Amino acid sequence: MYQGVRIAGFGGQGVVSAGVLLAQAGLVEGKAVSWFPSYGPEMRGGTANCSVVISDTEVSTPVVCVPDTAIVMNEPSLPKFEPMLKSGGLLIINSSLIKTKPARKDIKVIYVPCNEIAEKVGSLRTATLVALGAFAGATGAVSLDAIENAMKKVFKRAKPEMIALNRKALEEGAALKAQ
Amino acid sequence: MAEKELKKGNEALAEGAIRAGCRFFAGYPITPQNEVPEYMSWRQEEVGGAFVQAESEIAAINMIYGAAATGVRAMTSSSSPGVSLKQEGISYMAGADLPCLIVNMMRGGPGLGNIAGAQGDYMQATRGGGNGDYRLIVLAPNSVEELGNFPKLAFELSEKYRVPAMILADGILGQMMEGMSYNFEPVDPKTLPAKPWALGINDGTRAKNMISSYGLAEGELEKMILKRAERYALIERDEVRFEERFTEDAEVVIVAYGISARASMAAVNALRKEGIKVGLLRPITLWPFPTKKIAQLADKCKAMLCAEMSLGQMITDVKLAVNGKIPVHLYAKPGAFFPIAEDIETAVKSILTGKKDFLFNLSDLAEKADNTCHKPENKICKEGTLL
Repeated sequence: MYQGVRIAGFGGQGVVSAGVLLAQAGLVEGKAVSWFPSYGPEMRGGTANCSVVISDTEVSTPVVCVPDTAIVMNEPSLPKFEPMLKSGGLLIINSSLIKTKPARKDIKVIYVPCNEIAEKVGSLRTATLVALGAFAGATGAVSLDAIENAMKKVFKRAKPEMIALNRKALEEGAALKAQ
Repeated sequence: MAEKELKKGNEALAEGAIRAGCRFFAGYPITPQNEVPEYMSWRQEEVGGAFVQAESEIAAINMIYGAAATGVRAMTSSSSPGVSLKQEGISYMAGADLPCLIVNMMRGGPGLGNIAGAQGDYMQATRGGGNGDYRLIVLAPNSVEELGNFPKLAFELSEKYRVPAMILADGILGQMMEGMSYNFEPVDPKTLPAKPWALGINDGTRAKNMISSYGLAEGELEKMILKRAERYALIERDEVRFEERFTEDAEVVIVAYGISARASMAAVNALRKEGIKVGLLRPITLWPFPTKKIAQLADKCKAMLCAEMSLGQMITDVKLAVNGKIPVHLYAKPGAFFPIAEDIETAVKSILTGKKDFLFNLSDLAEKADNTCHKPENKICKEGTLL
């Protein structure tokens, strides 16, 4: 198993933290993992992104140039990451904020109304977790339990009720299917 | 083995230095190594050490000089342009035989360059970037785990030979996270062997100690340098470290260090699946360089390929080791861009088929350059500004 993932969105949506969570979840399950942030001269309110690799064998390159999966959380990230995606790859789109439809026909797409689902779950701050849930559900690269365990390691001061809320967000996302 | 923790390279390195007994850190911020001083700023306080955010890189290296002279395990960290500024101090420390750890998380250069990872400082690190005849022990980690474990090795080697040590990594290694564990128990600095040469309070029971990089009397400097050269010789004989993968039957051996070695390893794995006999030699110590090992491999393989994130610097050492026995090619990725495993695969295939795809050759650039900037029809030349 090898999954090279790019997660992208506005600064503040938690895409970089979501990447750390994903890598930690892979590590919990005994996989080789890497995480690499975009740390260029980014603009406030601009886009942020990170690369995550989850693999059964050693990770050679932490910078994911041809992702198996791209999780895009905002409109400006779509034209940037859709073209990079591997043929047959998976595109997870936050349809709450992205109205444009992807142009490529050789990829799988899951439309996830992350913000709506997050609000329904109880906190808009779980929006990126909904997308992570969709990723876990569609690829099986990591389990929801592993992501929950990872939360306890990454966000050491998180209250149990916040963990439960995020777990709910993950489950809602995992239930969605590719179109 | 201990459970692996998810850690960022810079933080693994900083914690590794603390665990290795580093109790003095001075530095000045620069991307992509900022997590090192940030981590040190609170962690040194916890362990009773000292952290100084110096007013400049030059101040920081000279603080290290002072701290190291008292025998404490002292360290500074920076990235390429900042390490350039430190060169004077590094030369003085080499001249004063002071052990210390200098970290360079390389970024694009020359000048301010950019903030992505690069490997353009190989020559500066291995040849001595400051004035005079000197060497640094240079360690090149290729993972977060090695970043965490190399500070201890660096301090030990540096103290054993009284030669400053450098960890030469890059922005990608510094910024990335992966699973890692420490392979040693934290060192209590109080338990380290005494340093009889160090400065400190002298109650009159020992001879006066002097730390100095100069010898003005006739013949004195030569004596100092030759004495130091004996230690350099011992380092070259006893401290060479490298990693070898699939070199046994390899027709082409890729030589790469640091993050480039990881991209090269991906290429080796892919090529091996196609039945192509290729291997990897990864120098872990850049000085002392695995010269003997490369010479031995040159007797067995058909060609070598250096994969570097520079215009080709380590290739000089590889060519010296090969000594003309076989061709040595270059895959160059300058300008702080990550080496692409697929391109390295193509480069290896090019060597085996005699094509030139993805092999880097300066003379090819000269042909292109002729067509662009130096011909008379070029606008700038016509206006006479270049003439």
